[in-house]
Amino acid sequence: MVPLEYYLVVAGIIFTIGMIGVIVARNIIIIFMSIELMLNAANLAMIAFSRNLGSMGGHVMVFMIMTVAAAEAAVGLSIIIALFRNRDSANIDEVNLMKW
Amino acid sequence: MELAIFILTSLVAIVAALLVILQRNPIASVMYLVTTFVAQAILFIQLRAAFIAILQVIVYAGAIMVLFLFVIMLLNLRREDFGKDIKLRFKPLAIAFAMVLLIETLVVINASLVPAQPGADLSATFGSVQGVGKELFTTYLYPFELTSVLLIVAILGAVVMAKKKL
Repeated sequence: MVPLEYYLVVAGIIFTIGMIGVIVARNIIIIFMSIELMLNAANLAMIAFSRNLGSMGGHVMVFMIMTVAAAEAAVGLSIIIALFRNRDSANIDEVNLMKW
Repeated sequence: MELAIFILTSLVAIVAALLVILQRNPIASVMYLVTTFVAQAILFIQLRAAFIAILQVIVYAGAIMVLFLFVIMLLNLRREDFGKDIKLRFKPLAIAFAMVLLIETLVVINASLVPAQPGADLSATFGSVQGVGKELFTTYLYPFELTSVLLIVAILGAVVMAKKKL
């Protein structure tokens, strides 16, 4: 059996990649996809812990996270559509009305 | 064998995740994101979470990613919005990697279907539809019911946000 730590390392790397994407990317759709990446890394850690502890709680938690991700994708993408309709661009540098 | 599959799969997942944020073309990014999700589904199967792995492929790689593609095509982005693209010029290599991923999936599914597998510490229904469903409708019934409220809110929110005029 593959040790738990290996899965956690992979989850950590994927989470970090997602975080870098959120900070660095300028395209709002790429930022959104990076958020999905981070959610998935959390899912992987949950399942790994669940296997290690022999308890099914993690599976149910992942189920909930998937529901949240679906809801978030629906609302977020409609926000992107509304934004694109107003600004005619997917670049977040042009959305600076509330920037300090 | 198990470790080799784990290393290969997680390498695919990490490289595809890197390409998601390195690509400028959002459609290519979505495709790499699907690759990451499928690789993670293989890891889930390896962790004896069969139901979650199938959900990952159907809901994440299927439904949510199609929603992304749909919105990207709806936005009608211009070519100059993307900037420079990182071109992958290794088509045979890409096909070979896809084949490796496919074979891995089959091997892992085969191995996890054999009942006399190591996980003797686990119950027989661990990670199956039956096991997850039982947990969902007994211990975690209240949060499960609350997700329906969440979905209603998301539907209403999406309709309100995407409407031109209220």
